[in-house]
Amino acid sequence: MSTITPDTKLDIGHNDDPSSNYLTCSSGFLSWAFTLDHKRIGVMYLVGIFTSFFLGGLFALLLRIHLLMPNGLFPETWVNMNTYNQLFTLHGAVMTFLFIIPSVPAALGNFVLPLMVGAKDVAFPRMNLASFHLWVIGAIFFLIALFTTGLDTGWTFYTPYSIETQTNVIAATIGAFILGFSSIFTGLNFIVTVNTMRPPGMSWFKMPLFMWAIYATAIIQILATPVLGITLLLLMAERLLGIGVFDPSMGGDPVLYQHFFWFYSHPAVYIMILPAMGIMSELMSVYSRKPIFGYTFIAYSSIAIALLGFLVWGHHMFVSGQSPMAAVIFSGLTFSVSIPSAIKVFNWLATMYKGNINLATPMCYALSFIFLFAIGGLTGLFLGALATDIHLHDTYFVVAHFHYVMMGGTVIAFVGGLYHWWPKMFGVMYNEAWGRFFCLVVFIGFNLTFFPQFIMGSRGMPRRYATYDPEYQIFHQLSTLGAIVLGLGMVGAVAVLVWSLFNGRKAPANPWGAATLEWTCTSPPPFYNFEHAPHVGSPYDYSQLKYDPQVGGYVKDPNAKPASDHH
Amino acid sequence: MQSILADTMFFPPERSSVAGSVDGLFDFIYYLSAIFFVGIVFAMVYFVLRYYQRPGHKEEPSPSHHEVLEITWSVIPSLLVGVIFFYGFTGYLNMREAPENAYEINVRASKWNWLFVYPNGAESDELHIPVDRPVKFLLQSGDVLHSFYIPAFRIKMDCVPGRYTSTWVIATDTTEAPDPNDENAKDGHLPMNLFCAEYCGEKHSAMRAKVFVHEPGEFDVWVEKAANILEGRSPAEAGEILFKRKGCAQCHSIEGDMSAKYAGPPLNGQWGTERKVTARGTTETVTMDENYVRESIRQPNAKIVEGRKPGMTVFTPQLLKDDEITAIIAYLKSLK
Amino acid sequence: MSAAVDHQDQAHHAGDDHHGHSPFQAHHFETMQQQFDSGKLGIWLFLFTEILMFSGLFCAYIIYRYNHPEIFLYAHKQLNTTLGATNTVVLIISSLTMAWAVRAAQLNQKKLLIWLLSATLALAGVFLVIKYFEYTHKFDLGLYTGRENVMYQLQHPADFQELHEEVEENLAKQAEEKKEAEAHAVSEAEAVDAHPSEEHGDEHAAAHDSHGHDGHGGPEQFLDAPRNTQIFFGIYYMMTGLHGFHIVAGMIAIGWLLSRSIRGDFSSEYFGPVDYVGLYWHLVDLIWIYLFPLLYLIRS
Repeated sequence: MSTITPDTKLDIGHNDDPSSNYLTCSSGFLSWAFTLDHKRIGVMYLVGIFTSFFLGGLFALLLRIHLLMPNGLFPETWVNMNTYNQLFTLHGAVMTFLFIIPSVPAALGNFVLPLMVGAKDVAFPRMNLASFHLWVIGAIFFLIALFTTGLDTGWTFYTPYSIETQTNVIAATIGAFILGFSSIFTGLNFIVTVNTMRPPGMSWFKMPLFMWAIYATAIIQILATPVLGITLLLLMAERLLGIGVFDPSMGGDPVLYQHFFWFYSHPAVYIMILPAMGIMSELMSVYSRKPIFGYTFIAYSSIAIALLGFLVWGHHMFVSGQSPMAAVIFSGLTFSVSIPSAIKVFNWLATMYKGNINLATPMCYALSFIFLFAIGGLTGLFLGALATDIHLHDTYFVVAHFHYVMMGGTVIAFVGGLYHWWPKMFGVMYNEAWGRFFCLVVFIGFNLTFFPQFIMGSRGMPRRYATYDPEYQIFHQLSTLGAIVLGLGMVGAVAVLVWSLFNGRKAPANPWGAATLEWTCTSPPPFYNFEHAPHVGSPYDYSQLKYDPQVGGYVKDPNAKPASDHH
Repeated sequence: MQSILADTMFFPPERSSVAGSVDGLFDFIYYLSAIFFVGIVFAMVYFVLRYYQRPGHKEEPSPSHHEVLEITWSVIPSLLVGVIFFYGFTGYLNMREAPENAYEINVRASKWNWLFVYPNGAESDELHIPVDRPVKFLLQSGDVLHSFYIPAFRIKMDCVPGRYTSTWVIATDTTEAPDPNDENAKDGHLPMNLFCAEYCGEKHSAMRAKVFVHEPGEFDVWVEKAANILEGRSPAEAGEILFKRKGCAQCHSIEGDMSAKYAGPPLNGQWGTERKVTARGTTETVTMDENYVRESIRQPNAKIVEGRKPGMTVFTPQLLKDDEITAIIAYLKSLK
Repeated sequence: MSAAVDHQDQAHHAGDDHHGHSPFQAHHFETMQQQFDSGKLGIWLFLFTEILMFSGLFCAYIIYRYNHPEIFLYAHKQLNTTLGATNTVVLIISSLTMAWAVRAAQLNQKKLLIWLLSATLALAGVFLVIKYFEYTHKFDLGLYTGRENVMYQLQHPADFQELHEEVEENLAKQAEEKKEAEAHAVSEAEAVDAHPSEEHGDEHAAAHDSHGHDGHGGPEQFLDAPRNTQIFFGIYYMMTGLHGFHIVAGMIAIGWLLSRSIRGDFSSEYFGPVDYVGLYWHLVDLIWIYLFPLLYLIRS
């Protein structure tokens, strides 16, 4: 592909043929809305979840600005306690169900995974499309809830409040139920794709770690989401028929609801973070130009997290009235989950050792991930330990902790991954300097937003408060200031990418010198991905790739020795 | 473990016997985390500075895995979190098991206020407790989930409708202002915050109360005074409170409701009127006056209004004092 | 570049046709075998999610049965075991016809396949009809969910005055009838004194007893219900309702198979969809086989 002869134009691996390029090979609304192509579905997901992300972010900014004053900044007529409750509920519900759960697997995973296995598509393209359509329908139900009466239960829908509130819980639960199916379809597709469609030569332990992570995620999606489905169904039945299972006034048990809910929603946390860890493994290796350190440990730790994640749901309920024995067991199991995550962080660090670290924008996001995820993970220890959790539970400490993990972890890795695969997805290069700049803005804004929340949390500020004691005001003000910076940074980060669509220079096939299969096809890939099944080598062997300044990317080094296997 | 970070920016002041050990554990985790965090960030920054891409710099081969190293950094954190787990759960068990001689206060949470009921029947919407004595809180909820949270004590427990939960505490400091005449008086502390920590609907954030901690003697005085409803009120006002608090309102309507919703006859507008009652099998007619009401409270089954069933609680002088009956009579007279 | 790609593509397809490329092979699969394996793994994973979904309900069932056994003991008597057992048999037979249909598809027996699918569809219909009669019977008795349930209403007389009055009336009427019957019995006994018969008395008692649970007694027959018995009916309707929904979904899938088999799509080369729907159908039957004893056959 990269042989240079004097009379041919330099082929950098960019796809110049509009009839082959998956983005342009057919046009019109229907050619997108009913496409079976995994790449287009991934792109549609990308647009959808970024819309949700900015909607959820808007709610968050309104919340934060309102909290500038102990009794609320906005006048009662604009934002009263009721509106505040609706805002935080919708922020949580939109961010969890519409944005973060589908973010990495459905948007990036859909685009990258089939390319990584050198396949033409996922195993069930129709189901993949159905998954996206379900996502849209689910989102519509959330919008219905938003525009009818709103929703004020918190994203957790705890009974009995969710049974008696007058807001449109039904629409929201139908939405979440449908989104659950969307998520199951994606997970099922990925498991089957990885199991049956790997090319000859790609054994389990030659899979890129991103695939391991997506695979582990898919297992959780398959095992946990149905339980959420039945829980939400029971909640709907509770409201419509009054079946009484969760309603104490009918002889039911509200704590049972919490068990059901967290049996899904705790593993769901790993649905959010595991794919992000997968992205990290790719980024750290590619941009350090070193094979990933401790491949086997990282692969196994993904599976370990997926399985252990099912045993710890009770740590959300230390003060809910479960028996002390249960609390002690759940606490012990919770600590066991912390170890695989720690191992991954150490392995990523070790990967940089003696490397040749390319500080491109994705790597900047990866480094900021390590910083933020370390804080998020370590503060989890305070919450896993029973005695301290009693004090910290349901305070801003918890809010800060999960934002450090979910946003500082998943969202940062997601944006990093997006910058990494952007040239492949759209065939353009973004502006490196602005990319890095907004990464820094996001990093600063993020810490300013959430670090003060740790302090006010440990000082006793409960979460979900529309008004608060004046002693916490300074922390709230710092946090709001940070939120504005963070918001600007995020808008900027996305703007840099959108700008590049129109003004970016053409991307070569392999701008970063990665060794996974998606970089062997053109940028952007042709409709059928690969003309021939590609040759499978080690996903982290960079010895055969060489930077070619004329191409602006990496090409196969003709002088390289045959690949040596590191595993 | 004692806390070094206590009374710093991280915490509200420690005001209970368990607060010290909670903060101690917090400290331990804090310093441990700080060491790990600094280590991780230092390694990251060092590698970036040392190995960043620049002309003339090239990656060098190094092993892609190293089992001894990997096992080491798996085992050491495992041991450390084991220690954290141990201190966490021993501290927790202390917080769950109330001593037997604890003073028991019934906490009733409902949207959106707190009601504290003391063993002598006193009720208050701010929490008052004695210092240096175990106090057990028996938590109930009248509607949705609430959570009883006092940051200065480091205790928190959900109030779950349809079941009881409990937590307990020994307060270590009183909240009164210092007495200038008493050399040994402790520093005065402001009353502490009590929050609802479980989201419970519209006014969740307004569901706060204050906690007052008294010297034991002072507390006894306060609780006696709080239980005495008669003092400082007109008899009819006191009677109204008693009518609700002693449960009369559950079976007697004061709005003339004759339906089966109320097991007993309505009581408004009845004073001085006549009614037919069954007494020991014979029907007689009585007038509702002071003595009839008194008899109906002390011996409810002596005369049953026609069409009603016997079954009202017998209010002995332990349950209702004579003065209180007088107040209730005054209240009934006032009902139109 | 594009021309080359197109050419290669065509060549590729032409080559495939030589090896008998099935019209049902999707473009992204290398072989029919790979496609079949993917489908099989997919359907098994899907069945797994179904089991987990029902397991939530089974958990709720276990927890309430463990905590309140008296509710289940009392309430299950309202379910008609005969109809439940009939339905079990119906579903087991439909499982047989479905399994046979898969075999027929594999053996290219196209006519038999159509017949067997039709039979399965019909049996599923029979199941739903029986279920419909069970449900309406319960609705007639007032055994709805939650606050609508007559047992709940009986236990909260203050909120449901009218029902309360009706019950009082019926009880009074019954007491009168009983008095009359007793008087009648006494006179009868006197009349048959010469020929005492124990059997007669037993029959009478049995007839009287069945009157209560036969169905068409008034709400007063539920006066002895334990508190919160309505929860049993909540769980019953959720479990059987969700199962019924799965039956309907299965019928749609079988209907789709039927139309495709009439078109002649299935053969020994391509029978995946019949196999997958068959697996789904067996799972739906299996769930009923658990539901039946758990709900209908309860012993202390």
